Amino acid sequence: MERIPILKMGAFLLVTIQVDMHDKLAMTLQDDLTARISKERARGVLIDISALDVVDSFIGRMIANISGMARVLDAETVVVGMRPSVAITLVELGLPLEGVHTALNVEKGMALLRKRLGTPV
Amino acid sequence: MRPNDPVALPVRTPEDIVRMRQVIREQAAALGFSLVDQTKLVTAASEIARNTMVYGGGGECEVRTLAEGTRRGLRLVFSDRGPGIADIALAMKDGYTTGGGLGLGMGGAKRLSNEFSVDSAPGNGTRVTLARWK
Repeated sequence: MERIPILKMGAFLLVTIQVDMHDKLAMTLQDDLTARISKERARGVLIDISALDVVDSFIGRMIANISGMARVLDAETVVVGMRPSVAITLVELGLPLEGVHTALNVEKGMALLRKRLGTPV
Repeated sequence: MRPNDPVALPVRTPEDIVRMRQVIREQAAALGFSLVDQTKLVTAASEIARNTMVYGGGGECEVRTLAEGTRRGLRLVFSDRGPGIADIALAMKDGYTTGGGLGLGMGGAKRLSNEFSVDSAPGNGTRVTLARWK
């Protein structure tokens, strides 16, 4: 079955979505990520969506869900690399992703995670 | 009109929807749509295609190039033979869902389109037409 890889780096989990998302894949990622957060006792999750040229309400909800579930599991989530055209479309669609931390790129996202968790660089 | 216009695409599986999004994006790009306009159209299509698949039990999407003078656009017609929509006005309302989703699909797709119409009756399937001009 098609799966999106989750990489572990210290206390963080990194996900780079490099394929066209569909609903089944999004649900699998949501399940896999929450299981890994718990198993690895991860403190932070970074999701890179720079390769996604479409984020519709289902994928948007999956991103918000992951962020919420991670918070309940004591981990912070940062979504990085959203394309400007995707951001414009998401807001017009009616899904501004309130409560989801975002950063422009992976570097800034990592810095934000470290700052929020108070871990040294 | 190009030889493969209009083109009918299946909307039965999640993979069909990924393929459909790619075709619509390619067509919009070929017509000179800006990146933002391409993204809005493809996102609207993705929302309606999900309804066609989940609620309509699968169907198809017809993609047609529009020309009006020098204006160019794309019209998408999603049709299924599913149970239909009993109350279209209610289905269009943000936050209303019968499927456990966010209820943003129909209203959101309308906001992302220049033209939008729904034709449905209980037992007669659903036909959603949307268009976006360059």
